[in-house]
Amino acid sequence: MKLLKNAAAGTLESSDCRVCVSPADGVILEYNGANSVIFADRTKKLVDDVLKENDLSGAKITIQDQGAIEITIRARLECALERAAEE
Amino acid sequence: MKATRSMLYIPGDAPGMIQHAPIFGCDSILLDLEDAVALTEKDSARKMVATFLSRFDFKDLFVTVRINGADTEFFEKDLEAVVPCRPDAVRLPKCNGPQDILAADRRISEIEEKNGIEPGTVKLHAMIETALGLERCFETATASPRVTALTIGGQDFTADMGVQKTKEGRELFYARCRIVAAAHAAGVDSYDTVWADLQDNEGLLRESKEIVGLGFTGKACIHPSQVATIHKAFIPAEKELRRALRVVEAAEAAKREGKGVISVDGKMVDAPVVARSVHLLELAELYGIERGGF
Repeated sequence: MKLLKNAAAGTLESSDCRVCVSPADGVILEYNGANSVIFADRTKKLVDDVLKENDLSGAKITIQDQGAIEITIRARLECALERAAEE
Repeated sequence: MKATRSMLYIPGDAPGMIQHAPIFGCDSILLDLEDAVALTEKDSARKMVATFLSRFDFKDLFVTVRINGADTEFFEKDLEAVVPCRPDAVRLPKCNGPQDILAADRRISEIEEKNGIEPGTVKLHAMIETALGLERCFETATASPRVTALTIGGQDFTADMGVQKTKEGRELFYARCRIVAAAHAAGVDSYDTVWADLQDNEGLLRESKEIVGLGFTGKACIHPSQVATIHKAFIPAEKELRRALRVVEAAEAAKREGKGVISVDGKMVDAPVVARSVHLLELAELYGIERGGF
């Protein structure tokens, strides 16, 4: 996968998250939300896993977490990445 | 045999609702990729549904996914994303005849084979939403063993007919009767359309009792608060259950004693009455009512 542009997915509804991605050299993760300290390690690992699955070595990723479970963050991140890779 | 009374619609891009699905008390859920999802969010909802199907424990819920119609650009993508995740069934909107089932069946079979899934694993629920679809509903129900339910889409059907959808539902009476008879003849389940007024649970109960009386095996709903009302409509009246029990016990006694004629409460009872009584007691058991409870 190759990121071509900025893209986003998700909402700021409760139990959801808003994920924004953009092309970058290296991985830059900005993770915000009421429980972002508690779930920082979990989310970092999730992001690393998803980037690896998509053969991506670099991306800037911002996640505004509104209490999303891991499955939701994964789905939103994968969607944002696919949107960013569309020509 | 599992209860199929309620099917709760959940928008495919509403993770907060999807993650709570197992606690709403419904018998089944429908993750919607069609009307509940904006055109700009079709990809996002598809991804959300596929990810939940792959990674979330829905417990013993029957999970259905309503995909977008074959006449849309989303149809193929929906099937390709959803079928490998093995939902219990895919709901196909606007089925106008067996050709729609056969086309979806072929595509699902290809995806199952490609993903090493046993053929026929993912079932099909056919939505009848047009007059043409109604005319062909038995052929639709029998077009493939993959079809396990017919459902009526009340809003689209009345739009196709050019009539208003009312709370009384007279405009849907013929369609409901025909669909439920076709489903029964084909040996598949039948789901009634949703009740849209969330403030009117009395109306929902009345309509639910009506469709139970017609023979529907389930009803769709759009909010968790409607589930208990629908389930209530499916519970047989105690008086009916007590009489059914007397009929069945009398039939069992007659069989033991080698008698051909049965009489209950001073009235002769014939075979169809016994069959209906047995069915009623089976339904009561399915809904968690024990024989000692009535």
